[in-house]
Amino acid sequence: MGRPDDYQVRRKHLAHLSDEELKKTFWKTAEKVVNPLLDLARYHTSPSIERSVLLRMGFSSLEARAITDRCMEKGLLGKGAGHVVWVLALEKSLDVREAGLRLARGEDWETVEAVFSAREVNRN
Amino acid sequence: MKTGALTEQTRLSPDRKLDLEEILKGLEHYRPRRYGWTWRQPVRDGQNGPFRYSQVSASLDPNRSIPLPAAKYFGGIDPQPGCIITSEIASGRFEDDLRRMRMVAWHGADHIMVIRTTGQSHFDGLIEGTPEGVGGVPITRKQIRATRKALDLIEDEVGRPINLHSYVSGVAGPEIAVLFAEEGVNGAHQDPQYNVLYRNINMIRSFIDAAVAKKIMTSVGMLQIDGAHNANATAREAWKVMPELLVQHAINCLYSEKVGMPPELIALSTVPPTAPPAPCIRIDLPYAVALRWLFDKYKMRAQMNTRYIESDLREATVTHVLNVLISRLTSADIQSTITPDEGRNIPWHYNSVAAVETAKQALLGMDGLTEMVRLKEDGPLREKVRELAERAVLFLEEILEVGGYFTALSRGFFVDSGLYPQRVGDGIVREKDGGVGAETVVPRDADYMAPVCYHFGYNALPPGTDKPCDLIGGCTLCSPEKIIYIDELDEEDNVHVRLGETIEPRRKGVLRPEVEWYADGVVSLTVFYPVDKVRAEHAALALASRLGLENPEVIHSRVMHPVEGTLVEVKGKTRIDIDPEELAIPDVPALLSEEEISREARRKGITVVAATVGEDEHSVGMREIIDIKHGGLEKFGIKCIYLGTSVPVEKVVDAAIEAGADAILISTIITHGDVHRQNMKRLHNLCLEKGVRDRFILVAGGTQVSDEIAREVGMDAGFGRGARGIEVASFLVNKLRDRGEG
Repeated sequence: MGRPDDYQVRRKHLAHLSDEELKKTFWKTAEKVVNPLLDLARYHTSPSIERSVLLRMGFSSLEARAITDRCMEKGLLGKGAGHVVWVLALEKSLDVREAGLRLARGEDWETVEAVFSAREVNRN
Repeated sequence: MKTGALTEQTRLSPDRKLDLEEILKGLEHYRPRRYGWTWRQPVRDGQNGPFRYSQVSASLDPNRSIPLPAAKYFGGIDPQPGCIITSEIASGRFEDDLRRMRMVAWHGADHIMVIRTTGQSHFDGLIEGTPEGVGGVPITRKQIRATRKALDLIEDEVGRPINLHSYVSGVAGPEIAVLFAEEGVNGAHQDPQYNVLYRNINMIRSFIDAAVAKKIMTSVGMLQIDGAHNANATAREAWKVMPELLVQHAINCLYSEKVGMPPELIALSTVPPTAPPAPCIRIDLPYAVALRWLFDKYKMRAQMNTRYIESDLREATVTHVLNVLISRLTSADIQSTITPDEGRNIPWHYNSVAAVETAKQALLGMDGLTEMVRLKEDGPLREKVRELAERAVLFLEEILEVGGYFTALSRGFFVDSGLYPQRVGDGIVREKDGGVGAETVVPRDADYMAPVCYHFGYNALPPGTDKPCDLIGGCTLCSPEKIIYIDELDEEDNVHVRLGETIEPRRKGVLRPEVEWYADGVVSLTVFYPVDKVRAEHAALALASRLGLENPEVIHSRVMHPVEGTLVEVKGKTRIDIDPEELAIPDVPALLSEEEISREARRKGITVVAATVGEDEHSVGMREIIDIKHGGLEKFGIKCIYLGTSVPVEKVVDAAIEAGADAILISTIITHGDVHRQNMKRLHNLCLEKGVRDRFILVAGGTQVSDEIAREVGMDAGFGRGARGIEVASFLVNKLRDRGEG
């Protein structure tokens, strides 16, 4: 789908702008392109983002992967993988690292699932 | 002190090779000594040897750098340009790259960019250990620690901080950003558009991940470089994507700033898009000016052109010098380098150095250019700048018209070969729900929470939380001792196995040629055959085979004339090992400096009588040794009485006695019937007969003369093919000193 170079036609509304006005227009228009992308990022997460949280919490890359994969299976990624670990630590009075290692081994998921569904019930 | 820390034992010294075993020791405890990017320190007084510079930074430690070849004429100065100089190094084996990093640092690089192995972009997670890479290095915690540790040693050696850099891209961007922040990586490429366009990673995933990654990078002051320059390398007609490049830069810069990255940590990756025979300055300069005008609060990383690099090293080098001209006419905070052999193979050691030298040489040569030359404020330059900016605004407006950035991607807006708003229809098309990592993104729930610092976006922390990581007793960015180090996961594919295979020859110092990996055996031959290209190439391959080179391959050929001749370069592998212990290396006396020779020669008033003896009309060699214009003896103030050619030995001795000379220099080129030996012997004997042997230093020279032969027949010294005046002068001064005449 080609299109000839119609720059001369399209530029009419820019022609009268001073250089500084043109520069302002450039950045104002760019901002309109970027803003929706930023909103999307603010309210979404991904497996890599959640693994990055777990790394920052002091888990190895292998442990972070195991925990995140199970969060996805259980539909808990939207809670935050770090949140899930933190909840188990609170619930069972465990050290955060110990809580994460249990989850990485596939243990205690029923506990965190129960905590989060109880919260949903309370909210409703 | 932990075992991984630098100690006096690990400190580098210029006469010792980098000890890879030592570097790999104690990495589990190794911590970076600083975080974030370091710029060079500009100097106010740019005096360096005989010259004043206005765009230089602090010099390296004396004797810890290698100046440009011509520096010897200017007192050996090695001024360092004011901007950072980048070297991209990644052969697939990081342990061999460390040695190359040391080489380029000595030549002036202080930004080491490690290219990732093919496929890492699509690896959903972190790679651990030290597996071998293809076309780059697998970036892992262990590889980064070892590299950072080596660079710490190297920066101590040369006396200037060195920035380590790699890529925060692919489907594991946020994790890699954490790894880099934890391990003190100083700079990184980060641009979600790169993921989408060139790695076909899902666009939503890329932008969401990028926001988190950028915030983490910011936490440690990492410098970000964007990925827009890839459009230059991909588009069929690279110069036509200039309006789009302005758009790509704007999207990444603004996105980064809105995430919280300050402008001084945001660098644009810019490349002059064209190369000769295109009139490249006419096209590239307006683009460079437009960038620096529109993006004036950000940093500029000026890269060299790769799009039009072929196998011709000379052609690449000229293009790259023109690229540096653009940097000097506008500005560059970082001057990146492309090796001249990038068009033929994965870069070789010495071509990485060549690229750094090209940048240093061109930057120094054009120091202070804009103090004398100003870009015109009217005419085609400004018209073109304006036009590019307008075309970019129109591009952005059409993105909004069609419904936003993602829709524009799905309609193939980017990397189209048309000069926007012209469209050819060959742009890269990406679907919103397509690509690697599609549909892996989920909305953050109302109670989404991440108990760590520097986390971008919505985070429902419990009320009263001061610092997010207080909830877990500290995150790794605040408490690095929490970082978990994994050593190796693969028992076969790791650095210890690779080193184990070569450890004996490494320790013994057995020599096999290398261009990339330890003892890879690669040798290249430069051959000219007076025939057409096809026959010349086949002849060169046959020659390489007969010389014993395995798997010979033509890496370059250039026709001089369709039938008169072709230059061919061939590479192949050899298995021949040289044991340096078995080499008969004659003791080479250390040369005195030019200043010292001049001072001594003037003080003593040294006189020599020189001639080509016997029936011999050769005069060139002796002229080279004595003439001032060849840097010969006269240059140092040594008085030379030249008697000419075919001079009888008797006449030479008589002239020396008459002149009260200190030395006699004879040249003897013809060797039929050993006449050169006879001439030397005769000179010695005649001096003995006349009772003047002790008065004169006797020196002989000639293409077939060696020091050994000359001494055998009574001379004090002999100089062979390629000898230079300074060697003879240095010998004379030393000899006179030994005689106690100093």
